[in-house]
This record gives sequence, C-alpha cells and structure tokens, in this order.
Amino acid sequence: MNDDHAISVSQLTKRFGSFTAVDAVTFNVKRGEIFGFLGANGAGKTTAMRMLCGLSFPTSGQATIAGFDLYRDAEKIKKSIGYMSQKFSLYEDLTPRENIRFYGGIYGLTDQQIKSKTDFMVDHLHLENQVDNLVKSLPLGWKQKLSFSVAMLHQPKIVFLDEPTGGVDPVTRREFWMMIYEAAHEGTTVFVTTHYMDEAEYCDRVSIMVDGRLDALDTPLELKRKFNAPSMEEVFIQLARKAKRSDN
Amino acid sequence: MRVLRILLEKEFRQVFRDPAILRIIFLMPIIQLLIMPLAADYEVKNIKLCVVDFDRSSYSQKLVNKIAATKYFQLVDYTDSYQKALIYIEKDEADLVLQIPSSFEKQLVKEDQATVFMALNAINGVKANLGGAYLRSIIGDFNREIRLEWLQFPRLSPQPTIQVSAINWFNPLMNYQVFMVPGILVILVTMVGAFLSALNIVKEKEIGTIEQINVTPIRKYQFILGKLIPFWVLGLIILTIGLIISWVVYGIVPAGNVFTIYIFAAVYLLAVLGMGLLVSTFANTQQQAMLLSFFLMMTFILLGGLYTSIDSMPPWAQTFTKFNPVSYFIEVMRMVVLKGSSLYDIRNHLFIVFVFAVVLNSFAVWNYKKRS
Amino acid sequence: MKQFLFFVQKEFYHLLRDRRTLFILFGMPLMQILIFGFALTNEVKNTRIAILDNSRDETTAGIIHQLEASRYFDVVKNIRGYGELEPAFQEGKIKLAVVFPSRFQYALSHENSVSVQLIADATDPNVANTLANYATAIIMDYQKNMKGQQDFPYTINTEMRMLYNPQLKGSYNFVPGVMAMVLMLVCAMMTSISIVREKEMGTMEIILVSPIVPIRVVIAKMVPYFLLSGVNIGSILILSVFVLDVPIQGNLVLLVSECLLFTVTVLALGLLISSVTDSQQTAMLISLMGLFLPTIMLSGFMFPVENMPWPLQILSNIVPAKWFYYIVKNIMIKGLSFGYVWKETLVLTGMTIFFMLVSIKKFKTRLE
Repeated sequence: MNDDHAISVSQLTKRFGSFTAVDAVTFNVKRGEIFGFLGANGAGKTTAMRMLCGLSFPTSGQATIAGFDLYRDAEKIKKSIGYMSQKFSLYEDLTPRENIRFYGGIYGLTDQQIKSKTDFMVDHLHLENQVDNLVKSLPLGWKQKLSFSVAMLHQPKIVFLDEPTGGVDPVTRREFWMMIYEAAHEGTTVFVTTHYMDEAEYCDRVSIMVDGRLDALDTPLELKRKFNAPSMEEVFIQLARKAKRSDN
Repeated sequence: MRVLRILLEKEFRQVFRDPAILRIIFLMPIIQLLIMPLAADYEVKNIKLCVVDFDRSSYSQKLVNKIAATKYFQLVDYTDSYQKALIYIEKDEADLVLQIPSSFEKQLVKEDQATVFMALNAINGVKANLGGAYLRSIIGDFNREIRLEWLQFPRLSPQPTIQVSAINWFNPLMNYQVFMVPGILVILVTMVGAFLSALNIVKEKEIGTIEQINVTPIRKYQFILGKLIPFWVLGLIILTIGLIISWVVYGIVPAGNVFTIYIFAAVYLLAVLGMGLLVSTFANTQQQAMLLSFFLMMTFILLGGLYTSIDSMPPWAQTFTKFNPVSYFIEVMRMVVLKGSSLYDIRNHLFIVFVFAVVLNSFAVWNYKKRS
Repeated sequence: MKQFLFFVQKEFYHLLRDRRTLFILFGMPLMQILIFGFALTNEVKNTRIAILDNSRDETTAGIIHQLEASRYFDVVKNIRGYGELEPAFQEGKIKLAVVFPSRFQYALSHENSVSVQLIADATDPNVANTLANYATAIIMDYQKNMKGQQDFPYTINTEMRMLYNPQLKGSYNFVPGVMAMVLMLVCAMMTSISIVREKEMGTMEIILVSPIVPIRVVIAKMVPYFLLSGVNIGSILILSVFVLDVPIQGNLVLLVSECLLFTVTVLALGLLISSVTDSQQTAMLISLMGLFLPTIMLSGFMFPVENMPWPLQILSNIVPAKWFYYIVKNIMIKGLSFGYVWKETLVLTGMTIFFMLVSIKKFKTRLE
C-alpha cells in the first residue's frame, strides 16, 4: 500500500440479499485531501461510508483505512477516525459541555484535554451562552457545527461526514466549510458526501457513484473538462441520468 | 475504567433529566404498594349467604345466627324456596345457599341425625372450596354444642377422640398483606429493571446516537456495563423505597437480615437487566421492545408464584418456573421477610440466579453488534 | 366509500407487515389461555409435608400411611426433633408438618383423648387453611374407620353441591377475564399506538390535508383491529371449549355480540387515548397504567372486588372490563339469558357512546 493514501479501497462490495448496494468499488484517498463522495439518493454512498467506518461488514473486497485493515483492525481504525452521521447524533438531553465530555472521555482524552477542547470550542463556535443549555434548544446550524467539532475532538486522521449540511442555511453552510478547510489544513483527511453541487466544487477531488458503482473520479476542474460541462451540477446530471435505480 | 466512568456519568445525567423515568421510579412503588395489596386480598371472607329455612325451629334459627356471626359469612336474605335462592346466586347477590329441611330439629332428636344442604357458586373454585369448609366447621361446632347441651351426662365411656389443633407459623394472624407485599416488591423491581433497560438501548437506536457510539473504539462490554449499572442502582433504590413503604404502611419488617435481601436483589437485578438488554438487542423500535418485554414479563410474573402457588401447577409449568428468575426472587423474598431465612438457606437460589445473570448478559453482549 | 376502503387496505398492510407485532398479538391470547387455564390453579396436590412422630406406634403409622396415600400430600421428610422443623420451613422444603405426641396410641385408648398438632406455613394464608382442612379431614376419616364405631348421637350431616363448576377448575373464573385483557391489549393499546405513530411520523398531517373526512381516517384505522379482535375472540372461545373444557352454557350469538360490543368500547377508548397524546411512549404508558392495570386489578377476575376497601369498589364501576367480565361470566358459565345482563349491557353501551363522543370532539378541536 501507498503511505500517501489515507484510505485505499479495492473491489469493495456490499450485497443485501440479491441487491448489490455497493458494486466492486476501487479508489484511493490521499492524505490531507478533501474527498467529495457524490451520488443520487440510493446510489450507495451511505452504505459505502458505513463500511469504511466499521459499522457494516463488506460482502467482499479490501480496504485499508489509516493504515489498518478493515477486517482485522476495525477497532484500531475507530481510534483514528471521526464520523458525523446523517442523523443528528449528539444527545439532545445533554448540554454541549456534557456531550463534549462524554465523547472526549470515550476516546480517552484526559480531563485537562477535555477542558481545553471545551474552552476552545465555546470560543470558536460562540457557544458562550449555550454551553450549559440542553442541545435540543440549539438551532440546527449550531447543532451541525457542534457535531462536527465533536467528531474532530480526538484529532482523528480521517473524518467521515455524511451529508453534514443537509437542511442548513447558506451562511451556516459557508461557515461549516470553513471548518472543513481548517481541519484539512491541519492535516486531517476529510471524506464527505453531499447533495450540494457548489460544495462539490470545494473538494480537492470528487467521485460520483451511480447504481453502486464509481463512475467518475477526478478534480472538479478535470471532471468539468472531461464531460464538457460548465458546472459540477451538469456533470452530475449527465452521470445520474444513466442510473437505473433511484429511490425517488 | 475511565471510559466506564464517562459512560456512567452520561447515563445518570440522562436518567435524572427524564421526567418520565423519575415519575416511574417514584410513582410506581407508591401506586403498586399502596393499591395492589388492598386490591389483592384473596382472603376468603364476606361470603354472601342466602338461607332457605323450611324448619323455622329455634335450633335452625340458632344455627343461622351462629353462622352469620362469624366474619366469613354475611347473611343476605331468607327465602322460602330453593328456586328463589338460586336467583340470588344467578344475580351474584349470594355465593352460597344453605337449605335447612323442614323437620330438621325433629329428625335430629328422633333419628339422631339430620342433613342440611348447601349449594355454592363454584365459578371461583377457591372461594367455594374454602367457603364450604368454613361452613362445615361452623356446623360441626354447632353440632358439638348441642350434643353437650342435650347429653346432660356424658356417657360412661366417652368416645376416644383425636383432637386436631392447627398452628400457623410465620404469619400467625393469617394476614394476606404480609404474603402479598413482598411479592409485589419483586414485581416492582423486575418491571422497572426490565422495561427501562430494554427501552433505553432501543431509544438510542431510534434516535441514531448508537451509530455514533459504534464508530468509537469503545468495547462492547464497556457499553453494556455502562447501560447496566445505572439501572442496577435504580433497581436497588426502588427496592429501598419499597421496603420503607412496606414498613411504614404495612408494618412489615423482614424477619431475616435485610442484607440478605440486598445481596440477592443485587444478583437478581443483573439477571433481569440482562434480559432487558437482550430484548433491546432484538428489537428495532420502542413499540416492539415494549410489547416483547410486556409479553415476557406477564408470563414470568403470572408463573412466578405470586398469585398461585407453584406447587399446584402442572409439571410442565413447574419445569418452566425453574427457568423463571422471578419465581426465585419471590420465593426468596417470602422466605427472608416472613420466615427469617438466612443467606445459607437461600444459597441454591442465589447460585441459580447468578447463573441466569451470567448467561443472559453474555448472550446480550454477544448479540449486541457494533457492525451489521 | 372507495376512499375509505383504500384506507382500510393500507391499515391492513401496516398490520400484516410487522410480523413481530402480529406474532405477539396472536401468540398472547394463546399463551394467556394456556397459563391461566392450566398453570394458575389453587388446587392443592402433592404438597410437601413433614412428619414428626414422637410415638412410632401402630396408630400413628396408620395415619401417616393415609396421609401418604392421599393425592394432596407428599411426605418428604421424617423429622426427629422439634428443632428440625423451623429450618425445614425456612429452606422452603415443606409447607405443613404433622406432629404426633409421644405415647399416642396409649393416650388414645386409655385417656380417650389425644391431640395431633398441625403446623402450617401460613405465609400464604389460603393455602395454609386448605392444607389444614385436608389434613384434618384425613385424620378424622382414619379415626372413623379405625373404630368402625357407631355414629355419634345427634349428628348434623352436610350435603354440598358445587354449582356451575363442580370440579372447581380455575379456568372457569379466568376465561372471561383473559378475554377482557386480550381485547383491551389488542384494541385499546394497539389502536392508540398506531394512530399516535402517524402523528409522530408526520403522515397524519398528509392524510388530514387530503379531501377525506378525518373521522373516516380514524375509523379506517380501527377496522383491522376490530377484525383481529374477532379472530382473537373466536380463538379464545375455541380454546376454552376444546382445550380447557370450559363449556359455553348460554347463547353463542348473544355471547359473541356482547364481545363485539366490548371490542367497540375499547376501540373507542383507544381512540380517546390517541386523541390526547402525541408520543407512542405516552400512549403506551397510559394504556398500561390507565387500562391494563385497572383491568387486572379491579375487574374482579383476579382479585375479589367484595374484599376491597370501598373507594376501590366504587372506582371499579368505571372500569369497562368489570361489566364485561360480569356479562361473559353470566352468559358463558352460568348460561343465563339476556334478561339477566341487559343492565350491564346498557352500561357498556353508554360508556361506548360516551368515549366515542368525547374522542370525536377532542379529535375535531385538535384539527382547528
């Protein structure tokens, strides 16, 4: 394997009965890269991501994440990754401070570290007045930024974001992407799925899944050139039209 | 260890922040222990009696008065025909008809014997059985009295007789509450433990936080322990509240050592919580978890020996109760509270429940999958 | 009308596709009938008893033999001293001990009187009473046979007839109660949860903006549960007749119609619950605490209502299951006609109409 690769996937497949959700996907993600993972609804993005995070067993294929084998070292992988799922996954009946303490504790941070992380986050996300209120009272945008920060708590080598900006207003989305850039700048590899094509433009490289297969992978610039399209949106529509299955 | 502490901190915070759980913890013991024992009074008393007295002699009158004077019977009415009395039974206004034949007194004097007839509503078999036995023994007493009265001089060689005297140990006043309250305490601890633990993990599944936990390097046993310990503590708190209520309200003080109860309860709760966790690993929605634990609980509780004695169950049901943790705790509770049994007396129960705890929890840990 | 049928069809899909729930809904009555019918009896048999025989003579041996021979008792322990009794009770090994004094036979034949002591574990008072009664009867029988003597003078004999249930089976009492419990669970709990679930998931709003009349939506939700209850009523009746040997003495048509009336009552209750709650968990808790527990405790089939303190007796009148239990018991077990239950039927009907009106009113106000 290549040391420059944070994620390296080969022929990864997941079947549910006769249905092949992810069909022999092969790709590499470079260290420190922002890797966009696109696809129509039901194309298999979330299933692929769940396999990479160790939430779901692959049916076949190989994958190495942060230098660890997906089959043998799933628990070691978990120490090196962060994950933010589609569903909001902080505890709504705990305060931000308590959530930070909980997830920090699980990843083995010391009290000292947790405290400084909390202070940093409060400052960074302007949570001064909210840090001791229940999470359920926070607006959605703040919740999303908070869960991203929580996923980054233990300074993972790779962070997986599953549609992190769904339902969020444009201003917050912009702020969210600033946070992603910052993380990448500090050396974290970012693996992100999204529906927003303007966000795809922000990625270093973009892959597009259609019907469980990876149909395209390149920089946004290169993709637009290849498909002779003015925007990523056009690229996506050209590819997605070929899809036979769709859940909507 | 630190991970476990963090998990516990979070669980306790959530529990004490959830008004529904707090309500259950404090209201359930109060409602169940205050109302159930009042409702669950199986003592056979207040048997409604309808008399058909064809004799109308002074002795038939005396007999009826004697019966009505006891606490078991309550005279509803006199009628002049059996048919009319039967209507009382049909309408549930009487449980028992006592018919005294027209020549009762005469026969008794002339023929040395007479027969009274009784008909009982036997839909409730226990009540009919005991009611009949009480009535017979009152009539027997009456019989002895008139014999003494009429036989002025005891015969020269009186009948050799065997007297039978009965002593009631452990509950000399035959108080039904003393019997029911310890059992209800068990039900309480069981329901709270099983329901809350089953619902808890399923709730995390439904809101999706379990995914976030599953991508962390946390170990399965840490996660399960983190879920187990808070409800274990809650169970012991409820037991304590229950013991206090049964002492204050019913004056029931365990005859044995309270620590024996706590030691057994500590192990027992592990088994019950293990069952709840197991249910939660099978169910995907709270509705399923609720229905499944309700189904299990009902079966376990009904066959646990609270309402009816295990000894009188058919063999298949008795075999089943050997695998029913609830029945062990009910038995232990009654042994310790009423009979003052010691830890040594309940050693077998303790061991078996310990095995349940180990098996159920191992199964739950094994069946809890971080990866699908 | 066609719209309405589409809704009913949709509800059937919901119900039939959740296999786990369906399994429990059908398994529950089966299980309950088996447990109540066979396992929950207060019949005394093979009770473990201990003997402390301080005399060891012919008479005591004879009595012990009689005790052993009876189906009520199982002599498990011969105890040597009084001190061994308490531990045996404490370990739960025995429920009754029979103690013979020394020189038993001698005392009986020379002093004309001797006494046997029965020590009962009275933790369960009814069982203790029953055991003492049986043991006394056996000893008395032995005494009678021993002497073959002439009868006592001035003896009052008693003749007893057990009406409706000569074998004193527990199931006669339980079957009507189980029916009430199952219907309560299937109808009230499941309907309320299924309506509230649509509220939780937001699908209710979609239905409400459609041109269909809202109350029809609700009625459509009830239809599958009504039919399911019909199946459950049938299976309970068949099981009780053919498996438990509890015959249906009265008119079958009358019995089934009363059951269906009660089904409608509890469906209305379920609707009422769903109209005042917003979450499945609350609906479940209300059904359990507000419906199921009172049904078990106050309807009279598990615990005798006449022994309760008067506030509970009064409270029991607002529990629909109490009236239903009374009706079913009278028709099914006693074989009485409608003339005996019309008042109770009227009460149930009144309750049903009341629940319906209140919940429809609540349902409408929530929409505005």
